[in-house]
Amino acid sequence: MRVIVDHDLCQGHGVCESEAPTVFEVDQDHCVRVLVVRPDEHLRAEVEAAVQFCPTSALRIEEED
Amino acid sequence: MSTDIRFRVPPLVSGGSPENGHLEELRTDPIALLERVRSECGDVGMFQLADREVVLLTGADASEFFFRAPEEVLDQAEAYPFMTPIFGEGVIFDAPPERRREMLHNQALRDKFMRGHATTIAEEVDQMVDRWDDEGEIDLLDWFAELTIYTSSSCLIGRRFRNQLDGRFSRLYHDLEQGTDALAYVDPYAPIESFRRRDEARLGLVDLVRRIMEGRTQQRGPDTQGRDLLDVLMSITDSNGAPRFSADQITGMFISMMFAGHHTTSGTAAWTLIELVRQPLEFENVRRELTTLYSNRVEVSYQALREMPRLESAIKEALRLHPPLILLLRVAKEDIDIGGFRIRAGQMVGASPSVSNRIPEAFSRPDRYEPSRYLPPREEDRLNPWTWIPFGAGRHRCVGAAFAMMQLKAIFSVLLLGWEFELAQPSGSYRNDHSKMVVQLRQPCVVRYRKRRTSSIEPAIPGRPEAPHRVGSADTGTVQP
Repeated sequence: MRVIVDHDLCQGHGVCESEAPTVFEVDQDHCVRVLVVRPDEHLRAEVEAAVQFCPTSALRIEEED
Repeated sequence: MSTDIRFRVPPLVSGGSPENGHLEELRTDPIALLERVRSECGDVGMFQLADREVVLLTGADASEFFFRAPEEVLDQAEAYPFMTPIFGEGVIFDAPPERRREMLHNQALRDKFMRGHATTIAEEVDQMVDRWDDEGEIDLLDWFAELTIYTSSSCLIGRRFRNQLDGRFSRLYHDLEQGTDALAYVDPYAPIESFRRRDEARLGLVDLVRRIMEGRTQQRGPDTQGRDLLDVLMSITDSNGAPRFSADQITGMFISMMFAGHHTTSGTAAWTLIELVRQPLEFENVRRELTTLYSNRVEVSYQALREMPRLESAIKEALRLHPPLILLLRVAKEDIDIGGFRIRAGQMVGASPSVSNRIPEAFSRPDRYEPSRYLPPREEDRLNPWTWIPFGAGRHRCVGAAFAMMQLKAIFSVLLLGWEFELAQPSGSYRNDHSKMVVQLRQPCVVRYRKRRTSSIEPAIPGRPEAPHRVGSADTGTVQP
């Protein structure tokens, strides 16, 4: 899976960081940084929670073969 | 002036007067005006607001452009002149974009603080409900407006400040909100009653805050743990050692911090309750969800509040039908070509949640209160991110949306499990008052409450006597220096 951010939508709430701290980081200027663009499968539940609870729907997962 | 035939001037909606255009209609029946712009002109239409032209963008594509546009193209700063006399000069809307972003993105709204806020809010509802008899009546506008003054001051400024407030603060705050007549587009200081009361109310609020500040300088403050934002602001000095901020400036900051989350949350709470009481089946769906969730006395916590799809849908549907903001405005900083039309630099550009939220292409049976439209597989809000816009969208989307949703769920967890409600007026008599830019319920808007006899289940609130074993969470509403 690949994590995709719509930077027009991100406001830096930091929900993704709480859900999947090894994948997302929200720094002082309120922009999300994806630490791991292709997270390992064992992180799927965390990343999906980050996508689901993102307050601005700025995240999505793209499946790759 | 260039005459590029590829891009036409947006069509002007019917009506209006030669002097002030559609200003009078905007002051009396704005939703009819905004709907007529779409029905007569389509996705890109125009109305006249005093001496300014406003291009209204509706429909998914035009709306997506509106919400994605950066500050350099569509600027928010000059779009709301009615706010300046309320906040005071120099607060928020006069600041440059980067600074504004920083100030708007209040630290207290970040996810890591939400957990503490959930508890704080439930406690505030509890305190208000403690004043109730076994049955009685409340005016929805007064009651929710007072409650949300307490919740927002407690979460955003701190409990110490909140505990020094009473009903006077919310009554004055209400007068401020009523001082948002669209006449401000002609003259924000025009000699009309609502502006006079607005200015008096602001002075009254400064006076309340000044007294609180004086009280604090006379006694030793609490340790770092118990300090709130007011303590922090009072401790900042200039190069001469004098206080950096006056009572007037601090009040302005507090008014602006609380403004966006106040009338909006208060109105949405009221409309959610009205709609649920109107539709007993939906009411039961929500109550069943809460009963199940709280049956093992889970506390009103951040985690519990995330898992309430029924209640969340009920709130979303109240927001869709009764959006607290009916017209969002920007100013075009450059010429813009959209949908075959040209918007000129200097024109105002608008989007309307009341119109977009009911577009039949996006929402089936758009005028019906139907919370199930948000549940899978329909998910009409996610499917329509540019037309389901009670919170706006894109880069200016309400930064307090998650906080608001959490707050509303906490409020209804307490109210619906402990109390029954019924309308005390004919159902159709509950209406919004659209005579001001800040939309509020028209009074009277009374409902009857009655304590539930069968209520064996109620959410446990940490700190309540019945739940002494609960783990209390830190008061994260305070801002550390």
